[in-house]
Amino acid sequence: MYKNLALSVLTMAWLAQGSAFAADVTPSPDRQRELARFVHQECGFCHGLRLTGGLGSPLTAASMRDRPVELMVEIILDGIPGTAMPGWKPHLNEQDAQWIVRALQEGLLDGSR
Amino acid sequence: MGPGSKFLSAACLLFALAAHAAEPSGFGPLRGTGDLGIAVERASGSLQWLDTSKKTSLGRIEGLGDLSHASAVFSRDARYAFVFGRDGGLSKIDVLTGKIVKRVIQSGNAIGGAISQDGRFIAAANYTPGGVKIFSTETLELVADIPAVSQTTGGKPSKVVGIEDAPGNRFVFSLFDAGEIWLADLSENPAQPRITRYANIGREPYDALVTQDGRWYVAGLFGENGLAVLDLWNPEAGVKRVLGDYGRGEEKLPVYKMPHLETWAVAGNLAFIPGVGRHEVVVVDISSWQQVGTIAVAGQPVFVMAEPTGRRLWVNFAFPDYDTVQVIDVPSRQIVQTLKPGKAVLHMEFTPRGEQVWVSVRDANRIDIYDTQSFAKVGEIAAQEPSGIFFTARAHRLGL
Repeated sequence: MYKNLALSVLTMAWLAQGSAFAADVTPSPDRQRELARFVHQECGFCHGLRLTGGLGSPLTAASMRDRPVELMVEIILDGIPGTAMPGWKPHLNEQDAQWIVRALQEGLLDGSR
Repeated sequence: MGPGSKFLSAACLLFALAAHAAEPSGFGPLRGTGDLGIAVERASGSLQWLDTSKKTSLGRIEGLGDLSHASAVFSRDARYAFVFGRDGGLSKIDVLTGKIVKRVIQSGNAIGGAISQDGRFIAAANYTPGGVKIFSTETLELVADIPAVSQTTGGKPSKVVGIEDAPGNRFVFSLFDAGEIWLADLSENPAQPRITRYANIGREPYDALVTQDGRWYVAGLFGENGLAVLDLWNPEAGVKRVLGDYGRGEEKLPVYKMPHLETWAVAGNLAFIPGVGRHEVVVVDISSWQQVGTIAVAGQPVFVMAEPTGRRLWVNFAFPDYDTVQVIDVPSRQIVQTLKPGKAVLHMEFTPRGEQVWVSVRDANRIDIYDTQSFAKVGEIAAQEPSGIFFTARAHRLGL
């Protein structure tokens, strides 16, 4: 519940900023909930349900905060060739990936749900 | 103390002993543990405590921390389960009473573990800091610490994967970052295991198995084609690479979940292994370690598990095909059944003689029970986002 609220607040903050994440490119609240679950469940297989890392590196706010957004988006969509990180392009679009990166950097997905 | 009171104390003691014998745990009449087990509720850090004869849950065991990718091994008396959590938690569970007996946090980030042939030691494989720790099964006290520090990684500890027990009170494991296999022999001095290192075994070993006869340690490689194989009957012969041509030159499909090798199916001389980045099961003759066929399946296999009889294989899949389970008939290598238990089938476990298979269906919050002969669903158990299911029959098998 708290997390959902926080996610909405983040969305509103983006809207207010009028940044690149304008209304038309921000995933809907339903999609955001799906994506949050997706990160914990599917990314969680390698990065840990609580995103503290596993075979994959940690995705906590502390480890994501200083990483360039565009590079992270590219990694989510295309993977890292020669490593275990697959590209998720068939299942996530660019706005999904951008939302995930920002949410990770803000720590909204830290811990369990 | 007069003779009267002595008699009274003796009578009390007898009464206490009698009560103790009838109800060793305070949980009803005497019973065995051979038909019991646990299922991991991965997100809530709890376990379902299972009875396979009654096809029911005996309750929930809570307070086990982060159980992402958690697994369990059993004591040789099949009474205790040792559960390895992602947060480095190692918990000893009394399967007879459904209680946590002891719990230690043994590292920052762990992947799994194994129990020694003699049942005295638990080995936990860690990501952070990399390495292996050996504990007493009795007390969970640390017996030995094996940092997986390798020259290959410039003295940095490696993430350890694919830890297995091997005959002769040995543990075998792989170093993901360094691309090495290490053999730790506890038979002489458990506090100072004798380590044999095998370097250059291939890039990124991601999981491994020991065959049920305890002879072969096989590590899957993610960073390149093929498998690394160590013959535990002849460890001095070193690690050899096999199936190096598998999938060579072909574009791999994205792998959304790493396959598991641990419960890899071996039936006769044939092994059936998940094709990495392919929608197929690979058939390998282990007498020659040659690929002898492939079986096309519905997705990227995660677990390829043989029924205890070896007659059929049950296969589940990675995202996005993880709503499906397929059954392969071994003699004909044909798919004989496709089941759709629902989104996110994460694990399957056979009852000891294989008449049932229990299937965890994460998003449905359910464990489904199937009859392996008729494929009919014969029961279900409510469970919160279940993942691994572990029955006590594992206590008596090598390499699990």
